[in-house]
Amino acid sequence: MANDPIHQFQIQKLFPIEVGGMDFSFTNSSLFMVLTVAAASAFLIFTTSGRGLIPSRMQSISEMAYEFVAGMLRSSAGTEGMRFFPLVFSLFMFVLVANLLGMFPYFFTVTSHIIVTFMLAMLVISTVVIYGLMRHGAKFFHLFTPAGVPSALLIIVAPIEVVSFLSRPISLSVRLFANMLAGHITLKVFAGFVVSMGAAGAVGTAGAILPLGMTVAITALEFLVAFLQAYVFTVLTCMYLNDALHPSH
Amino acid sequence: MAGNAEQTNTELHIPADEHGAGFPPFDSSTFASQILWLAITFGLFYWIMKNVAVPRIAGILEDREDRIAGDIAEANRLKQETDEAIAAYEQALAEARAKAHGIAQDTRSKLKADQEARREKAEADLNKKLIDAEAQIAKVKSEALDQVGDIASETTSALVEALIGKAPTKTDLNKAVKSAMN
Repeated sequence: MANDPIHQFQIQKLFPIEVGGMDFSFTNSSLFMVLTVAAASAFLIFTTSGRGLIPSRMQSISEMAYEFVAGMLRSSAGTEGMRFFPLVFSLFMFVLVANLLGMFPYFFTVTSHIIVTFMLAMLVISTVVIYGLMRHGAKFFHLFTPAGVPSALLIIVAPIEVVSFLSRPISLSVRLFANMLAGHITLKVFAGFVVSMGAAGAVGTAGAILPLGMTVAITALEFLVAFLQAYVFTVLTCMYLNDALHPSH
Repeated sequence: MAGNAEQTNTELHIPADEHGAGFPPFDSSTFASQILWLAITFGLFYWIMKNVAVPRIAGILEDREDRIAGDIAEANRLKQETDEAIAAYEQALAEARAKAHGIAQDTRSKLKADQEARREKAEADLNKKLIDAEAQIAKVKSEALDQVGDIASETTSALVEALIGKAPTKTDLNKAVKSAMN
């Protein structure tokens, strides 16, 4: 069981709750969602409680996160896109902190479950669709008919655009989910090698240095991936939100 | 026996089923709970971000930007003041220099005029003195010449008296002297 690389993704019920035959139990996943929210909120609020004109180190981390996301959103969706800033910032911080919390041994990684990442992606896409339709009405569908394409080609291009639009929530969620899942499995597998080789006598112990080194290297890589996937998720969110603001591209 | 085997089977299968449909992320029985708790936690997080964290950080950054902009404006204002002060100083300096130049020029021309006047006066004086002196000389000369005539007449008279024992008449004497002196 200890060597099963899938075990870490197991959902365990902490407080069983069942409503109308549906299982809404408070699970380890729920617990880590709560921890993620608590950690991210606490960090952002306590570090900025001084409201220093000259920021402390911690305050400048919060400011950096803010300006990082603000810069992303402004560069891809323009100043108009700043109306979505709280949403984009929440997504970035939530995904980033969930990914980073998952790096602790024995911690559950919220974003390693496709349903979570898919719901976040659906949140983005439904924001795009609802806002786009509210703001532009039928003109929102210009998204599927790129300007400058001859009308004969539109018959081919429009379905392609529709498919690419529909695949967005899938690619957005699968990218994050698969990265977190694969990274954690790889880590677990290499760490498992260290244990099983160590159990195989002196030669095995000497040989275990190799997977140990790999584990260290992959841990570093996983921290990078944790940040990078949060970044990618946010950048794509910004680009999709841009479609809601300016559908005719 | 068969039932027992089946039971063992199911007992073995229940955990196997939980795993797996094997792979926990694809186990749809956990989806409802995850969606609910994600909605709750992310909703709460969004609320906190929107109402507390984002306005606060935005406020901090805005304050800083305002402060920097204000400082730059103040610096520009001070610089302008400095520039004005320098310009005023330079103008005053130029004026003072011009004035000093004027004063020097005035003084110089006044001194020159003064000197000229004095020189002219001195020259005039000298000329007058020269003329006076010349007149004096002429006068003295004519007087002397007159006296020379008298002396000559007296001497001639005395000589003639001694020679002929009789003094000549004044008219003769004068005529004789005059013709001799010319």
